[in-house]
Amino acid sequence: MHREPVVRVSSIRKTYGRTVAVDDVSFEVPAGEIFGLIGPNGAGKTTTMECVEGLRRPDRGRIDVFGLDPIRDAQALQRRIGVQLQEAQLQKRIKVWEAVDLWASLYDVSVDTNRTLDQLGLGEKRNAWFMTLSGGQKQRLFIALALINDPELVFLDELTTGLDPQARRTIWGLVRDIPARGKTVFLTTHLMEEAERLCDRVAIIDHGLIIDQDTPANLVARHCPERTVVVSTTHDDAASRFGALPAVDTVIADDTRLTIRGRGEDLVTEAIHCLSEHGMRVSEFRTEQPTLEDVFLTLTGRSVRE
Amino acid sequence: MTLPPALRNLAALTWLEIKIFVREPMGFIGNAVIPVLLFVVLGRAFGSQLGNMTSRLAMQMRVGLPVFAAIFIAINTVLSLVAIIAIYRESGILKRLRATPLSPITILVTHVLVKLLLTAITVTVMILVGRRFYPAGAEVPVLSFALALLLSTWSILSLGFIIASLVRTARFAPPLGSLVLYSMLPFCGLFSPIADFPEGMQLAVRVLPLTPAVSLLSGIWEGNPWSAHLGDVAALVAIFGVCTLIASRVFRWE
Repeated sequence: MHREPVVRVSSIRKTYGRTVAVDDVSFEVPAGEIFGLIGPNGAGKTTTMECVEGLRRPDRGRIDVFGLDPIRDAQALQRRIGVQLQEAQLQKRIKVWEAVDLWASLYDVSVDTNRTLDQLGLGEKRNAWFMTLSGGQKQRLFIALALINDPELVFLDELTTGLDPQARRTIWGLVRDIPARGKTVFLTTHLMEEAERLCDRVAIIDHGLIIDQDTPANLVARHCPERTVVVSTTHDDAASRFGALPAVDTVIADDTRLTIRGRGEDLVTEAIHCLSEHGMRVSEFRTEQPTLEDVFLTLTGRSVRE
Repeated sequence: MTLPPALRNLAALTWLEIKIFVREPMGFIGNAVIPVLLFVVLGRAFGSQLGNMTSRLAMQMRVGLPVFAAIFIAINTVLSLVAIIAIYRESGILKRLRATPLSPITILVTHVLVKLLLTAITVTVMILVGRRFYPAGAEVPVLSFALALLLSTWSILSLGFIIASLVRTARFAPPLGSLVLYSMLPFCGLFSPIADFPEGMQLAVRVLPLTPAVSLLSGIWEGNPWSAHLGDVAALVAIFGVCTLIASRVFRWE
């Protein structure tokens, strides 16, 4: 299904002194999707996002959000977007309900604030000071603030950085629900697992350049078509049997464990077929799928965490 | 009556910042309680004697002490602004507020209003408390003196925005602010008249922001009419204009 893009970024460049933060970046964010700009820290994700939000002015290039210019039409744009900024804080002693009420008062339209707090699991924290909230609660409050004006487009910048795995999963669940309300999500993350779980489409950015963009599945299929099957068996001819399969490139034997590598969707089917055909007894069988981490490694020659 | 959105936002944010300020016990004590205590303690120590003395020193003290306390309030207020702007910037609060329909002016004016309100409350308490035992205070034009202090503080706050812009980290903003503001104290005519300075220095000390403030506050405390201090008022307005212009160029939101 072709969806009309709500964000169009064409060839933007942004420098800070001699440092080129973003160079010739172009992409589109289709309506109703979760779009992720992914890459390591310092790759230019936040700069790009803040240009789209109208918080920074690109040195050159064009940005169009709902047909508006983020700098020139800042006021009109602010009403239609919700923003969560990376590493932002609120006043230490502001109460949760005060922040939500203030934000609601700034917009012509606002959602039911009590209901939003309840939906985000902050109902019991209404009277708590911001400084007493946990990291996960703070991020949920920032999501509440980003949603307060019922925006059509929500920006989430490194939303789960610094959170423990459980809080991260809670946040992921909340983000996945946003498109169901008819909204578009534009997020950045350096966590490839987060991108895989949340994003319909991703653009990989490194050193200020976008190196590829597509759905996570297509990126993996394009750049990391290898599949791996790991089997533990005491069957004598196992290695040679697997090695003879058309989809298999290599078989590495380590004692009774065989690591079978190949490419294409048929590898797993062929491996299972081979097992049953030769009546092999196995004590272990698992498949390994490449991830966006592997895609990044293939494209840049280094890990996203480096 | 419904307020225009900009004023409504300003009112909402100002009220919120007042509440938040009062919740910070150390800030409130430092800004409001200490200047009053200083005035009370010094007033108690010297006040009763000053009423009966006619020496030049006593005359100077009678006016100098309240003006010193008032300038102390103004400096404290400005330092508190420097600290809060630096903290809000460093922790991303300014940036977060800016990514809303709030206008940048509203965000900054809010802090000026909160600080001026704090000054008004502190000076009122100071005068009310001081009256009990500070004889010189009885016939002082209280309202005019408070207005003079508000005008002076408003003017010097614009210098605070420049200081807050130049310091990168919240930790160093208040010390640098203190250094700038307190180092002006010996030269602003508070402890010795400007006429006593060498001629070459007189022009230099006259352009310090504290100098017209001290002159205005002393004159009003002594009962001079405002018309006698139009030069000081003009100087304070000019300082505000120049500092605001510079601040608008150098101010950093993040």
